Amino acid sequence: MIWDVALRKVLRHGHASFEIDVRFASAAQRVVLYGPSGAGKTQTLRMIAGITAPDAGRVAVADRVLYDSAIRSSLSPQQRRLGYVFQDYALFPHLTVRQNIAFARRSGWRNPPRRIDDPKVERWIAAFHLEPVAGHYPHQISGGQRQRTALARALVTEPAALLLDEPFAALDKGLRERLRQELRDLLAEIDLPMLLITHDDDDVLSLAEEVVQMSRGRVDGAAPGLALVAATTSTERAATAISPLTSATRHHAARVDRMAGA
Amino acid sequence: MDSAWIALALTLKVAAWATALNLVFGVGIGYAMARWRFPGRDVVDAALTLPMVMPPTVLGYYLLTVIGSHGPIGSWLLQIFGIRLIFTWQAAVIAAMIVAFPLVFKAARAAFETVEPELEDAARTLGIGEWAVFFRVSLPLAWRGILAGLLLSFARALGEFGATLMVAGSIAGKTQTLSIAVYEAVQAGQDDTANFLVAVTSITCLAVLLSAGKLLPGRVPARG
Repeated sequence: MIWDVALRKVLRHGHASFEIDVRFASAAQRVVLYGPSGAGKTQTLRMIAGITAPDAGRVAVADRVLYDSAIRSSLSPQQRRLGYVFQDYALFPHLTVRQNIAFARRSGWRNPPRRIDDPKVERWIAAFHLEPVAGHYPHQISGGQRQRTALARALVTEPAALLLDEPFAALDKGLRERLRQELRDLLAEIDLPMLLITHDDDDVLSLAEEVVQMSRGRVDGAAPGLALVAATTSTERAATAISPLTSATRHHAARVDRMAGA
Repeated sequence: MDSAWIALALTLKVAAWATALNLVFGVGIGYAMARWRFPGRDVVDAALTLPMVMPPTVLGYYLLTVIGSHGPIGSWLLQIFGIRLIFTWQAAVIAAMIVAFPLVFKAARAAFETVEPELEDAARTLGIGEWAVFFRVSLPLAWRGILAGLLLSFARALGEFGATLMVAGSIAGKTQTLSIAVYEAVQAGQDDTANFLVAVTSITCLAVLLSAGKLLPGRVPARG
């Protein structure tokens, strides 16, 4: 299993409360957590990364246990070694693109200098075609360049896996398709597991090996045409697994039907 | 006029120490209050802001009962170390620090609240330890707001009168700060000295406020 996740948390907002109870397991490299906004996807990703503390559960990524409430073990986000790309990229506004990417290459209490010369950093800058803007600040560059900077910043740490929170939502449509292609090629090249969350079915079609459907804080199998590697109840695990290719094709066919009908 | 320069030097020393201590406490507590949610947070916030609205003489009285020779901290210091705080310049530092504390605390808290917690989370996922996250992300992004608060606190400490007089007294050359020297000069009818002291105080405070004003608008670049 690459992804083995079972997490529970009750979120309270004033008097309202919202329960997240997510369970899924998958041997696929590229898993997409798919569902409408408000389904609890981001919270789930944050709990996997260790940024938000769950109430109970267990998380293992690539056979490494990161969290297990049964034995009261929880690695800090620093120890989990997961690359996290935030929805709006969370680039450090006071640092240049190069300093952002070099951020993790420096330990200690000081940020990397503006002129840091680190071959690993330069390699990622080149790989993402960021040379012309390496000395710019995040607010001076385009959305696509921000996304690449965020990816490079995460990848420079050589993470055990990559977590992406709606990485294409902030971009316009044409760019989105190109960057999806880029991400897919990249992941194939560096052989890195990825968990991506999205509400956009195009992300599912082009990036998912397996899809976990989520709504109202739970993993469910309600949406037709999507491959599910998820249990429908909280006790049962990894119930169904439909071949992603067929499901994606079927999903696409359903969309074409819808469009023709309209 | 020599005594005026001595009073100015003492005032600057007291204000600098008070501001340095407030840098540590105000920034630390301001950060904690910006990031932690706990029951009774509003009450703690109000209590920490109290020195700003309470009459300085009332604060001075409280301080006397705490650091005076019979107070809990004062008697402990006297017995263990043989230190008598009252009527020393260090007592003036404590008075100025407490009176000016809310200015740093409030500014630091507001400044840290503008820093997206997500940026700190991003640093954590990049493997950076908690102290380094503070010094490499939170503090640089909040720095301008904090600096403005520090300068205001310095200006406030320069002019501190009531609490300082109660705990440090008015010993010329030792605890007599500018504002106390002005009072003494007026009482003694020395108008020339008073005029000179007032001019020095006004110019110093104005210079501090002008530099604070330059720093007030947050010029942190837009988020990326």
